[in-house]
Amino acid sequence: MGEPQRLGERAPREPLLEVRDLKVSYGAIAALKGVSLSVGGGEVVALIGANGAGKTSTLRAVSGMVKPAGGAVVLNGEAVTGLKAHLLVPRGMAHAPEGRGIFPNLTVQENLDLGAYLRHDDAAIAKDLETCFGLFPILRERRKQPGATLSGGEQQMLSISRALMSNPTLLLLDEPSLGLAPQVTQTIFRILRDVNARGVSILLVEQNAHLALELAHWAYVLETGELTMEGTGQALLASEDIRKAYLGE
Amino acid sequence: MKSFLPVLIAVAVLALLQLVLGDAAFVTYHATRVGVWVIMAVSLNIINGMTGQFSIGHAGFMAVGAYASSLLTLLLHQYRIGFLPDPVTAQLFFLTALLAGGALAGVAGFLVGLPSLRLKGDYLAIVTLGFGEIIRVIVTNMKVTGGALGLSSIPPHTSLFMVWFWVFVVVLLARRLADSSHGRSLLAIREDEVAAEAMGVDTTSYKVRAFVVSSFFAGVAGGLFAHFLQAINPNSFTFVQSIEVVVMVVAGGLGSTTGAVVAATFLVMLPEGLRTLFLQLGGENQSLAQKVDQVRMPIYGLLLVVIMLTRPQGIFGTHELWDLWKRKKGAPEKPKAVAA
Repeated sequence: MGEPQRLGERAPREPLLEVRDLKVSYGAIAALKGVSLSVGGGEVVALIGANGAGKTSTLRAVSGMVKPAGGAVVLNGEAVTGLKAHLLVPRGMAHAPEGRGIFPNLTVQENLDLGAYLRHDDAAIAKDLETCFGLFPILRERRKQPGATLSGGEQQMLSISRALMSNPTLLLLDEPSLGLAPQVTQTIFRILRDVNARGVSILLVEQNAHLALELAHWAYVLETGELTMEGTGQALLASEDIRKAYLGE
Repeated sequence: MKSFLPVLIAVAVLALLQLVLGDAAFVTYHATRVGVWVIMAVSLNIINGMTGQFSIGHAGFMAVGAYASSLLTLLLHQYRIGFLPDPVTAQLFFLTALLAGGALAGVAGFLVGLPSLRLKGDYLAIVTLGFGEIIRVIVTNMKVTGGALGLSSIPPHTSLFMVWFWVFVVVLLARRLADSSHGRSLLAIREDEVAAEAMGVDTTSYKVRAFVVSSFFAGVAGGLFAHFLQAINPNSFTFVQSIEVVVMVVAGGLGSTTGAVVAATFLVMLPEGLRTLFLQLGGENQSLAQKVDQVRMPIYGLLLVVIMLTRPQGIFGTHELWDLWKRKKGAPEKPKAVAA
């Protein structure tokens, strides 16, 4: 397969994350057959595609949750291919996993504390906690409640906040709209815009192509383990193929 | 200095107990038995309760500690340290043997843990079960461990003081661990392993560490057990013993150290308590007492069923004894634990 089709002009930015020819296999099954993408400083990049296209595998390979079978991951100019998650978090990468992954029996506060697990700068942690409560005021009200008692939307907010507590420069988000009411999803995407405005780059995996493309500066379309298209969010939204395949028009 | 204070107090209290109760055979016998199983339950709780990794081979590590320390004691028995009185020498050697047995069990825990802790849930349970059986088969077939006959005439070095000192050590360590950042990582692994990893917890390393610490104390408990019974054989450490410890941990509440202590005490003493009770009921009529005595074990089983039906999260859930006290004082109650 050749180069993915390219729509629109990408605004030049400092490179933050570079992924080259990334391959992931589960046993004999190749989930990713060589994916190359990049995220610039302060950029929101969306990765859209159908079920089983390899979106989650891409995130998991980037964040060290699964060992890539080939290719390279470069973060801030440093090769970090195959490094495990506990080495990537201090380098500024945070991953809010698919299905939210809240610690059900721990309180909201304890969940957030674990987000800052590898940090020791107490004053800055307290400040980031306030930032999270500022973004998601409901979490302040719920701080003494166990994670399991939160609604789906609140859990997603907690999951994003917990990832932000590691003070990342790059936030990997896996399906933040999963199982949420449309209105809650809207709220979360609005807040993601705020998060990005604070200088956090976001690599977003999303089924809801419409919302993702609206938010993203740049987006990639993944089909059965390969990129088929890339472009600005707006250009992809306007594309006939995308509208037919992912927006149901 | 503050952290040494509890140790000094504990040593003083235990020494006093030893002085007062040391000669009371009945009390010493049961207190020692209870102590050994409390160490087993509290240590297993670190891996099963706090870390959420279901291990059912704890008796295997107990066996490693029991055999290693007994062999060392038997080897050192003929030596003495010149200027020290014999009992002191014996206790010093005994302590060395216990530590060596614990260390060897810890090594065994490391060797088992490293490959198997990549497995989850039922799969890990089966591997640990297999390990426990492998240990038993190995000691049955080795000459140095006495084969199926096991080891006998192990010197009776275990004292009330020594057992409960180790109980104190393991409980203190478990509690300190739970409140530390290490303990937080273990809890995170129990709650959601993928999320814990995403937060930057080195999950494999923490699981192996928990396994090693847990095995160490099982080894020490084995050493205490061996120097108390004075004879051990492979059948002292079967699957049944492993399951008994799991029952203690689950009945006490997974993750609750005080729960493990209470449940272990209760379950070890229960058959004995029922026996005494029925003897009392029978009065002069001993034949009646014997008849009732036969239903003792079914009652034990029934009680377990009742505990699990009424409190599936265990007697204490994830709480500690003092949490219940706080609740009485009007502190907001933590909602019930939810199954993960």
